[in-house]
Amino acid sequence: MKTWIAFWNILKKDMRNYYLKPPNISWGIIFPLAWTLMFFIKSGSGFGDVRSILPGIVAMSVLFGTTSMLAVVITFEKKMRSYERLLLAPIPLEVLMLAKTSGAVLIGIANGFVPVIMAAFIVDLSDVAWGEMTAAVTLISVSSTFLGLFVAVSVSEVFEAQTFSNFFRFPMVFLCGLFFPIAALPIILQPLSYILPLTYGADVLHGAINQAAQKPPGLNLAILAGFCIIFFGVSIRNVQRKWIY
Amino acid sequence: MKKDRQIIEVRGLARQFGGVRAVAGIDFEVCEGEVFGFLGPNGAGKTTTINILTGLARADKGEVRIAGIDCAANPKAAQRLMGIVPDESNLWPELNGFENLSFCGALYGMRGREREKRADELLDMFGLGDAAKRKFGGYSKGMKRKLTIAAAIIHRPQVLFLDEPTTGIDVASARQIRLLLKDLNDSGTTIFLTTHYIEEAERLCERVAFIVGGKIVRVDTIENLVRDVQKQRVIQLTLSRSGNTAAGSDSCGLEELPGLLRVAFPGIEFESITGSALRALSMKALPLAPLIRFLEEREMDVTEAKIIRPSLEEVFVNITGVALEQMRKEKEQGKAKGGKA
Repeated sequence: MKTWIAFWNILKKDMRNYYLKPPNISWGIIFPLAWTLMFFIKSGSGFGDVRSILPGIVAMSVLFGTTSMLAVVITFEKKMRSYERLLLAPIPLEVLMLAKTSGAVLIGIANGFVPVIMAAFIVDLSDVAWGEMTAAVTLISVSSTFLGLFVAVSVSEVFEAQTFSNFFRFPMVFLCGLFFPIAALPIILQPLSYILPLTYGADVLHGAINQAAQKPPGLNLAILAGFCIIFFGVSIRNVQRKWIY
Repeated sequence: MKKDRQIIEVRGLARQFGGVRAVAGIDFEVCEGEVFGFLGPNGAGKTTTINILTGLARADKGEVRIAGIDCAANPKAAQRLMGIVPDESNLWPELNGFENLSFCGALYGMRGREREKRADELLDMFGLGDAAKRKFGGYSKGMKRKLTIAAAIIHRPQVLFLDEPTTGIDVASARQIRLLLKDLNDSGTTIFLTTHYIEEAERLCERVAFIVGGKIVRVDTIENLVRDVQKQRVIQLTLSRSGNTAAGSDSCGLEELPGLLRVAFPGIEFESITGSALRALSMKALPLAPLIRFLEEREMDVTEAKIIRPSLEEVFVNITGVALEQMRKEKEQGKAKGGKA
């Protein structure tokens, strides 16, 4: 019970002090809107194309929303040494890291549904497999957050966190099959696609929104969950190795 | 019960960073209800030791027990009994004083009403009631330090670890913190204190350990430590360069004086204290008139001479061989730059 009091209060503090600040809320709305408009202008095919680009916008909103904030929040607290106070609290390290990442996961999920809500005003989404989509958005959010955690633990400065995040994020967007089918990528890049978590999340989203998945959703979600466990495990090991020195 | 039971037990503790031996197999124990000072020059291994004791660093070898709990095997159970004040005030700048205390209470599993009541109580105790709703980031250094100590005791720990609690803050705040620490100890909290203000350790601690180069060189009560040096006679001379330089006078710089004086007055030890003060130490009566004459011949006017009652500071200098003034400056410069000295 005492551990959960700590968990809840860490989550509440992070939401209030970092995630629910006006710049983050406006980012969550403007980012998907800007990408949607960019695709409209580029394709010139009007609103009919919204469904085809929706999986990409959803996945990017989640990916950018989670990785950028979490890496910055943790690096900032580490630099201010307030993170030491959390490490010295009598909470298991796993619970502490889950508490620190839960805020980013929730914001990622919320960011992922912003473009869906916008699209609902334009096109009919009644045949979307909502269960699959919610599971995909949730697991993309968790895996992206844990990727952000991995980045945060690997660097010491806020600007390094941003740079290192971009090193992962941008290649991932182009290699995961969101905008270009993996089969259309040069043969040398295709194996890279399969080591990216977003590839599996994107496939579930394609299936849920456009019934165009390459693999069964259960398999994709299981692989995504596997990525989450690996990222979390590696991050915990790195915290123990680097921060409890 | 008080002072019978060992609440901190350290056996053979060692830690190395690369090729540098930070802590080299130290042993000591602290009794329940005691104020224990852990003193040493900069880089002696104080912060590494405190970090190992509190669970922020690992030992290569050795054993630490807090209230009988093995800290390596069960660090979180041990941390529940500890309050920790690090060498920098590291609360959350975006939270106000009350929120910071309440949040720290939550980290120890305290429920809402309980921790809010305790936060109010501590804000009043530390004289921060009026600043409760102000953000921590806007506090003065002294206020930050006080709130950091308050945050460390919100859960009523059995042992309070303080790493340099009064460094870099104003005299009034430092004095208030010392009084609060005394009160805390009177109410039963064991205090483990590292400081480079030796007079602070002398005022607060019952026993101290001196650590030099990662090794503990002496652990004893203040009374026993000071007894040895109190047999010594110490005179402090404040000097200024003479205005009327006589032709043929044997002028010299202040930094050369201790060496010259040792040659001229065998059996007496001389040391520079600050840029303009000099101390003479001897087990026998000090020849003050010849000493002043010798200095005047070298164009140094003695503007003040005072008898110094030997204190823990002399013990520290004797044991560590480190000039305190220099150590303080290094530490404060380190803090001003935001680094750890």
